[in-house]
Amino acid sequence: MEAQTAMNNTDAQQDTKSHSIDISSMNRGGEELSLEKETVCMQVKNMDLFYGEKQALFGVNMTIPKQRVTAFIGPSGCGKSTLLRSLNRMNDLVDGCQIKGEINLEGQNIYQKGVDVAELRRRVGMVFQKPNPFPKSIYENVAYGLRIQGINNKRILDETVEWALKSAALWDEVKDRLHESALGMSGGQQQRLVIARTIAVKPEVLLLDEPASALDPISTLKIEELIYELKDKFTIAIVTHNMQQAARVSDYTAFMYMGNLIEFGNTDMLFTNPKEKKTEDYITGRYG
Amino acid sequence: MRQSIGDWTRSGSPWVWLNAGAVAISVIMVIGLLILIASRGLGHFWPAAIMEADVRAPDGSRYHMVGEKVEAVTVPAEQVRAAGIDVPAGQETVDRYLMKIGNRDVYGSDFRWVIADHIEQISHPESLIAVERREWGNYYGYLLALKENGQVIAQQGKGENKIWPEFEKRIERALNIHDEIYQIEKHDIGRINYTIERLRLKQRSLELKGKDTAQNLAEIDAERAQLNAEYEVLQAKLADLYVAANRDSFVAMAMNGAETEVSLSKVVRAFQPNMMGLGDKMAFYGAKLWEFMTDEPREANTEGGIFPAIFGTVMMVILMSILVTPFGVVAAVYLREYAKQGFITRMIRIAVNNLAGVPSIVYGVFGLGFFVYFLGGHIDDLFFPEALPAPTFGTPGLMWASLTLALLTVPVVIVATEEGLARIPRSVREGSLALGATKAETLWRVVLPMASPAMMTGVILAVARAAGEVAPLMLVGVVKLAPSLPLDGNYPFIHLDQKFMHLGFHIYDVGFQSPNVEAARPLVYATALLLVVVIALLNLSAIAIRNHLREKYKALEM
Repeated sequence: MEAQTAMNNTDAQQDTKSHSIDISSMNRGGEELSLEKETVCMQVKNMDLFYGEKQALFGVNMTIPKQRVTAFIGPSGCGKSTLLRSLNRMNDLVDGCQIKGEINLEGQNIYQKGVDVAELRRRVGMVFQKPNPFPKSIYENVAYGLRIQGINNKRILDETVEWALKSAALWDEVKDRLHESALGMSGGQQQRLVIARTIAVKPEVLLLDEPASALDPISTLKIEELIYELKDKFTIAIVTHNMQQAARVSDYTAFMYMGNLIEFGNTDMLFTNPKEKKTEDYITGRYG
Repeated sequence: MRQSIGDWTRSGSPWVWLNAGAVAISVIMVIGLLILIASRGLGHFWPAAIMEADVRAPDGSRYHMVGEKVEAVTVPAEQVRAAGIDVPAGQETVDRYLMKIGNRDVYGSDFRWVIADHIEQISHPESLIAVERREWGNYYGYLLALKENGQVIAQQGKGENKIWPEFEKRIERALNIHDEIYQIEKHDIGRINYTIERLRLKQRSLELKGKDTAQNLAEIDAERAQLNAEYEVLQAKLADLYVAANRDSFVAMAMNGAETEVSLSKVVRAFQPNMMGLGDKMAFYGAKLWEFMTDEPREANTEGGIFPAIFGTVMMVILMSILVTPFGVVAAVYLREYAKQGFITRMIRIAVNNLAGVPSIVYGVFGLGFFVYFLGGHIDDLFFPEALPAPTFGTPGLMWASLTLALLTVPVVIVATEEGLARIPRSVREGSLALGATKAETLWRVVLPMASPAMMTGVILAVARAAGEVAPLMLVGVVKLAPSLPLDGNYPFIHLDQKFMHLGFHIYDVGFQSPNVEAARPLVYATALLLVVVIALLNLSAIAIRNHLREKYKALEM
């Protein structure tokens, strides 16, 4: 029994590997990616962030290009999740969190006075590390964002739920039990449900905060495939601990260290030919 | 040896024993209490055998006694000697029986203590009858004759039993007539009186507003005339029924040989316990228990049932829950979700927690002063001026009792709800906010449903506390005998201004305010048992709702 499980595991890993080669070759098979040629979706300008007295981010400057996957990597506590959470003002929920500088979404500063935070978060959706489905049915989980917007038309809801679940590659697994509780699903399914729930409101940007770190290898693979699929429709920013994952799924990678953005650029370049010593040390495993 | 005791202590066994002992003692005490009140209370409804005997009285004379043995106690001989009763030298204790001899109209009291040794020639004649009457308590004796319109239609000698079937048939008829009378008096005439009273108030209200035009008054008079006509019809019907009910009577002989004639309209039931088999007795027991739970009290609450008290208790608790839940939940949501956590919030929390410790009678006084006199008085001035000077809401009543108890239990709901809100994982709230929901939407659609089991826990605790409260209720709405239920068929159906009966207060009233202590004592136990059962049922239903909610909103692993 144990032997079999072990074998399955190796299978899964091999599976992952073979796919990863696939994806990366598809990713960057064609022309060279370059930040200068991209359309800007979000722009971070001179951002400092403080938790009370403690400064967590120091003068971060970067752009998040439209319809590309941008990965944030770096050791624990380097501020990558903090930066991600600043992009849809999730940090507002933390007591004593203060921000200087600006973050622009389509040219408009999201930290300006008078910005509707709920509307911002609808435009910039977020998926968290641990699957957090609501204790409702699968259908109601996906329809939640629409209902919040006051859409209760059954036809629109049905269509959107189906579209979102199909986009999240979950439709075939759940179409017969849409009205059962979402809490009965596996962890990987739950995480894809959360992604479906997030894209159901058709955001412009999708923020993924270590979306696969609590999942098994097969589920992780599915999420990675999903990210690749979703890239055409959404701008994606992903935080990950896993450098292979960043290399596999992203077009651009930002390396952060101690609250500073050390290096930001084309993923291939960053992993094969880092400009900074710290980046090189990290990706070669000297610390982190 | 010292070493081994040290080892034993270190192993933790003494604590296990201590804890297990404490649990065992608590369980034994609770079960013991339940068994005591159950055995004392439930035994009362069993048809005991009627004993006939000769008794030597303390003064040496002898008399004849018929009755049920209710209780047996052993008392020190000294005590009996001190009462002037002769006890043989050398005897240390004396057995005494409390005999229920009934026939209060004949002897003046229906219980008598008898020294066991003085009882001689005990027999249980089968032809002895026991009759439950609407007044004067039980009758024990021998049935001699049946009369119709004063004429004897059947008779028998002492010890014979041939006219019993006829007796039972006529009781059946009398009971049916009684039901009919009750129906007319309570419902039909009650409704007419209620409507006439509303007409009076309507007229007065028109006068106060200056709209008492001839046309309006004529309408009211017409309606009133119609009601009065209906009333006359019913009254005539009632008079006939009363004549019919009093047609039959029976003659019976009590133990001292006195013959008594009793109208059958005064009979609730008659039975011959010495002739009943086990099956008959069980059927009788069931009927008595059913009567106890579904009927109204008779004879200063010492006979009949306690249904109005059960109804009042349940209704008050339900109203209280309906009032306390929104109050407590809204307060908890504000304290936990919106209020700035600081000194003032902390003070408010401490105040809320202390509120739970305020003696309940204080709430009663507050309820009387603030709700009844202040709020109720102003409500009367504003909305019911036509009834003044008679108060409508400015007098203790169901609504004020429920409100007072809601105030008493609101801290429990606040604390439980706050704890529930604190337990909702942050990730779920963030998930909702990240979809573009505002804080209020997140609260309403995700957080509150998930916290609902905790709210129900609060309500369960509130119900448990409220159902057992008596002291504040005595000030704000409970009475020993309410003429009607607070829920009936007359518009507006729920009468929140009415006074009501309550099981807890009923126990106090029957046990300590009753003119007939011996007759009331078993009812105290039975009512106490029923109160416990009602509270347990209310709690169980709340727990069932909570478990259902828990299943529905099964918490995510955090």
